[in-house]
Amino acid sequence: MSTETPSKIQKILAAGHLAVTSEVGPPRSADGLVIEHKAKLIADYVDGINVTDNQTSVCRVCSLACCIRIKQMGLEPVLQMVTRDRNRIALQSDILGAASFGINNILCLTGDHQHFGDHANAANVFDLDSVQLIATVKMMRDEGRLLGGHEFQVRPQMFIGAACNPFAGPNVALRVARLAKKAAAGVQFTQTQCIYNMNTFKEFMKIMVDRGLHEKVAVLAGITPMKNVGMARYMQKRVPGIDVPDEVVKRIGGVPKEKQAEEGIKLAIEQIQEIKEIPGIKGFHIMAIEWEEKVPEIVKAAGLFPRPN
Amino acid sequence: MIRAVGKPIEEIIGMVQDFNKLLIAGCDGCVTVCEAGGLKEVKVLAAALRLYFTQAGTSKQIEETSLTRQCDKEYLAQLRDSIDGYDAVVSLACGVGAQFVADMYTKKVVFPGVNTSFMGATEERGWYVERCQGCGQCILAETGGVCPIARCSKRMLNGPCGGSEAGKCEVAPDIPCGWELIYERLKTLGQLDRFEKPVTPKDWTTSRDGGVRKILREDLRV
Ligand code: SF4
Ligand code: SF4
Repeated sequence: MSTETPSKIQKILAAGHLAVTSEVGPPRSADGLVIEHKAKLIADYVDGINVTDNQTSVCRVCSLACCIRIKQMGLEPVLQMVTRDRNRIALQSDILGAASFGINNILCLTGDHQHFGDHANAANVFDLDSVQLIATVKMMRDEGRLLGGHEFQVRPQMFIGAACNPFAGPNVALRVARLAKKAAAGVQFTQTQCIYNMNTFKEFMKIMVDRGLHEKVAVLAGITPMKNVGMARYMQKRVPGIDVPDEVVKRIGGVPKEKQAEEGIKLAIEQIQEIKEIPGIKGFHIMAIEWEEKVPEIVKAAGLFPRPN
Repeated sequence: MIRAVGKPIEEIIGMVQDFNKLLIAGCDGCVTVCEAGGLKEVKVLAAALRLYFTQAGTSKQIEETSLTRQCDKEYLAQLRDSIDGYDAVVSLACGVGAQFVADMYTKKVVFPGVNTSFMGATEERGWYVERCQGCGQCILAETGGVCPIARCSKRMLNGPCGGSEAGKCEVAPDIPCGWELIYERLKTLGQLDRFEKPVTPKDWTTSRDGGVRKILREDLRV
């Protein structure tokens, strides 16, 4: 994890604690208070708050504006940035802008293809990919240089993160190799895709640890509680790159409708308990999609509360 | 080769209905191979237009031809003597050929009769798939002979993304994930060490981003 930044998440990890992050999705309108409200719900229970960048290619308030708002609330934002919509000029410009407001965490992503979203007929950019974005942030931070060669004094102090999906594929070794590539580019932490298939995840972590890669990249395990059996089925069938085993669908579907949310939360907590025991794990990334109010309950029940300072 | 598909007949009717003397001009090059704009398709289109306009009670003069290549002046010049006999030309060549007709015969209205789609290969008869986007700086040597620009839906140079499932691209289940293919190919070639080395940002100036592209071969010019 080398280079030190003022990032609170990095400090907590360096102190040997399990880190806890979560994320909030911006609204599809100019209502700035939505983010403030969501951030307040989880503020005391997490070390960092990701703001998604037009997730699933649906146009929303930009991640940067929301991160500035969260920073101004005295909290710790994680700027998610996809390369789908902006070229290297715009990406670097936004990184400088974020840093100018004291934002110290970035999650570098390629982004979903726009065909998923509400502007399927848009052109895409993909001037860089996630690995190249990681290397770009690192260069800006460590060398004070832009891709175009311009050198500057005040550098962005970014703790650099990336996503990883042990379940895409089907080749787990390929997925570790891809994270190794991100590590070679300069990534310091990763938040994984939502974990439901524990066997695959354990296999992934074993290769990580065997390669010593868990020391270079802090793995925060991705947890998303299921709200009901409909969501479980949707994730299983419709969301690319998510692996929901039949047992999970059966378990959520096996209780009466009004108990399914509770069962989903229970499952999430059990998952955290189990993952805590997996060698190499450095923390959790809890993505409660449009269900942020449940994050405190999960964090408390999983024994991750209170958060270190 | 360039791949194209014929435009729907309704669209072509809409374009040509106000013109009386039409030339349907095919091309014996790429569009013949992909069966979109060769002499055979010229005949089919001309017959369909004649039938439509006869049934609609309008009489039109519709002639047929196909040139060796519409993207070469030498072949296009063969139309010089006859072109004034037509009000409009429907070119079944690719967009390059259709524009070249318009370039040479500036007073003629030229309509595209096909949708020019991509540079691709014939997987099977009637099944064409894109293989190259003409980026101008070929990197196939580094990627096991599989093009990440044309065959990854996000033109990633360090794939695969997290959306590939069972070896298929997140965009559609009938698109093999280009990066899964690259990984497997590198493995077969014993070059997996390449896979973990980050590839630096591409210089897109030789791609469409650098403006209209041209090649000047001094050695070929007289
Ligand atoms: S790397 Fe460029 S030139 Fe080579 S196949 Fe791909 S798009 Fe074509
Ligand atoms: S699934 Fe594969 S081909 Fe599709 S965008 Fe991702 S890496 Fe590219």
